[in-house]
Amino acid sequence: MSETIDIESEYVTRVEGHGNIVVNVADGEVETCEWQVVESPRFFESMLVGRDWTEAHHVTARICAICSISHTTASLKATEAAMGVDLSAQDERLRKLALYAETLQSHVLHLGYLALPDLVGKQSVLPILDSHEAEVEAVVRLHRLGNDLTEAIAGRSVHAQRHLPGGFSKLPDEDELDALRTRLESAWSDVELVADLLVELSDELPDFERETEFISLTHPDEYAFYDGTLYSSDTGELDVEDYREIVDEVVVEQSTAKFTSHARESYMVGALARLNNNFEQLGPMAKAVADRFGLEPGSHNPYLNNVAQLVEIAHLIETSIVELDTLLDGGLDPQPDYHTPDVEVEAGTGIGAVEVPRGVLFHEYTYDEDGEITDANCVIPTNQNHANIQQDMEELVPTILDRPEDEIELTLEMLVRAYDPCISCSTHYLDVEFVDE
Amino acid sequence: MTERPRVAFFDFTGCEGDQLQVVNLEERLFDLVEVVEVVSFREAMSEHSDDYEIAFIEGSVVTAHDEERLAGIRENADVVVALGSCAAFGGINAIRNDQDFETVTERVYGDDADMIEANPEARPIESVVEVDATIPGCPIDREEFVQVVTGLIRGVEPTLPNHPVCVECKLEENECAFHRDEICLGPVTRGGCGADCVGEGTHCWGCRGMVDTPSEDAYTAVLEEHGLDAEEIVEQYQLYWGWQRPERATQEEAQ
Repeated sequence: MSETIDIESEYVTRVEGHGNIVVNVADGEVETCEWQVVESPRFFESMLVGRDWTEAHHVTARICAICSISHTTASLKATEAAMGVDLSAQDERLRKLALYAETLQSHVLHLGYLALPDLVGKQSVLPILDSHEAEVEAVVRLHRLGNDLTEAIAGRSVHAQRHLPGGFSKLPDEDELDALRTRLESAWSDVELVADLLVELSDELPDFERETEFISLTHPDEYAFYDGTLYSSDTGELDVEDYREIVDEVVVEQSTAKFTSHARESYMVGALARLNNNFEQLGPMAKAVADRFGLEPGSHNPYLNNVAQLVEIAHLIETSIVELDTLLDGGLDPQPDYHTPDVEVEAGTGIGAVEVPRGVLFHEYTYDEDGEITDANCVIPTNQNHANIQQDMEELVPTILDRPEDEIELTLEMLVRAYDPCISCSTHYLDVEFVDE
Repeated sequence: MTERPRVAFFDFTGCEGDQLQVVNLEERLFDLVEVVEVVSFREAMSEHSDDYEIAFIEGSVVTAHDEERLAGIRENADVVVALGSCAAFGGINAIRNDQDFETVTERVYGDDADMIEANPEARPIESVVEVDATIPGCPIDREEFVQVVTGLIRGVEPTLPNHPVCVECKLEENECAFHRDEICLGPVTRGGCGADCVGEGTHCWGCRGMVDTPSEDAYTAVLEEHGLDAEEIVEQYQLYWGWQRPERATQEEAQ
């Protein structure tokens, strides 16, 4: 056993945003074991105060690029809930597709570009091209597919242009959607290639389990992404309206992001939480992928979040094909060019809860009668995972002290990466107390 | 500049969307690394070296630590490129520059506001170090990025378009947003985007920053038609120009 260990991994690489891992061991005793979030504060909830209802989604998309459609979607849902705006079935389907496409893109980016290098012992995806060219090409094709589908609906994959409160400024081109449907069908061989490689490498994922609580949305009719009620693996169904009490944010010294807890000291959100809570609603291909890894509901190994993302990649392809078929059957209902949906501006408060790549995301806005925001609150998935990462580290570190320091460091970095943290997002999680000026 | 220059990417306060646009080059990313050697890109790789010629910097400066880090990068690099609007002119982060800083921290951090260290304003990197080239946009345009990189390798002096977005709207034959009773920042916003947001059915949000001298360079015809002037539109619409607006006012006054 190493008597003295001093790990200070500043700015963990291959994650979005800035976080540090600090572990100090003296005389075989763990003195410090911390996951520190050091991202600069962004102040988005304050930036939203005074903004017009037509601008909120444009501003909040800029919280995070990798999940910009996610923030746009939660933001629009909050605004629409505050003003009582209904969305047409077609627009809701397009919103879902854009969200699925971004989640596909984000999962592929994480799994292929950020996590895979650890499993093959490389520092980035580039050197993997030499040893696994076909698999890397499959990853790039899947990533492009997610981006192209997002672009077809949103106008642009980073920071959507067509999403508006109440609908879209422009409809996608049907031929383009049809071509994307064909590409989704032929994406199975790429998913298989990536799954084959991951199965081959799955022994590299540490065998670590710690029982925790999983929180996600759940929906009676589908594997919940766009909408649903909250569900905890410990306490069952919960009301979205109560989200502030459920996430129970607390300030901790080590982090510019707050930590959260519900039924226990920490909980987990994201692909593994969704899979554990809603497994039966996955599509058949997704279940087949899960089966290859023996991944079942009730899985408590955080490293398997990587595998859960692959399962969801399969599900997102399946479900996107179904949604596209419904949209294209009979054609899209037309709308005028430069469409501005009808919205009757009124004062009110609304919550938008959406399952996004890294877990459940909440936006809540209060509007005055002129349609200006007076209060805003955003609770970010990564923020909800910080406490769980910390708890995992505290349980894991004492069990691996006998290993070389660089191996401990890599195991901990892989743990952080498994959560696919999006740290830029998570430093603007805090409650906003509106101060009368 | 060497034949295959060593380049590094750095992120400050922002959404990392401009680096994502680089990753979104997809297969072409692998062509890019044929012509440049990427020695640091924290978001995508674990290797890091301080020996680089070109530094691409995304995000705004919001803490004292940011300023120190940025100065270090400037020392190492021959060429510093501001990647995206947050680095180029403060971008969306600068919305809060128009708000009272004490109110900002209280709103977001409540009683714990004193635990947070940040400057009262979000600033572009040029407020701390000299910048050699700028790629504006929120997010950057992938083609513009490739053009700038190609130009830097060939030793071409980087330039920025200084015509307003309106010029490109005419070329694209878009219906003018003002004719649709929308307020559009196109008349005072730096072009180069192909008036993309108008083409997608909305209006210009000003994400590429103002033209060099709004009072002279703006497309005034459309503004006059609707009883507006450049000054009004610059003052009234605040998403991206929280740092740029007071800076430009000072500059124009000095001229």
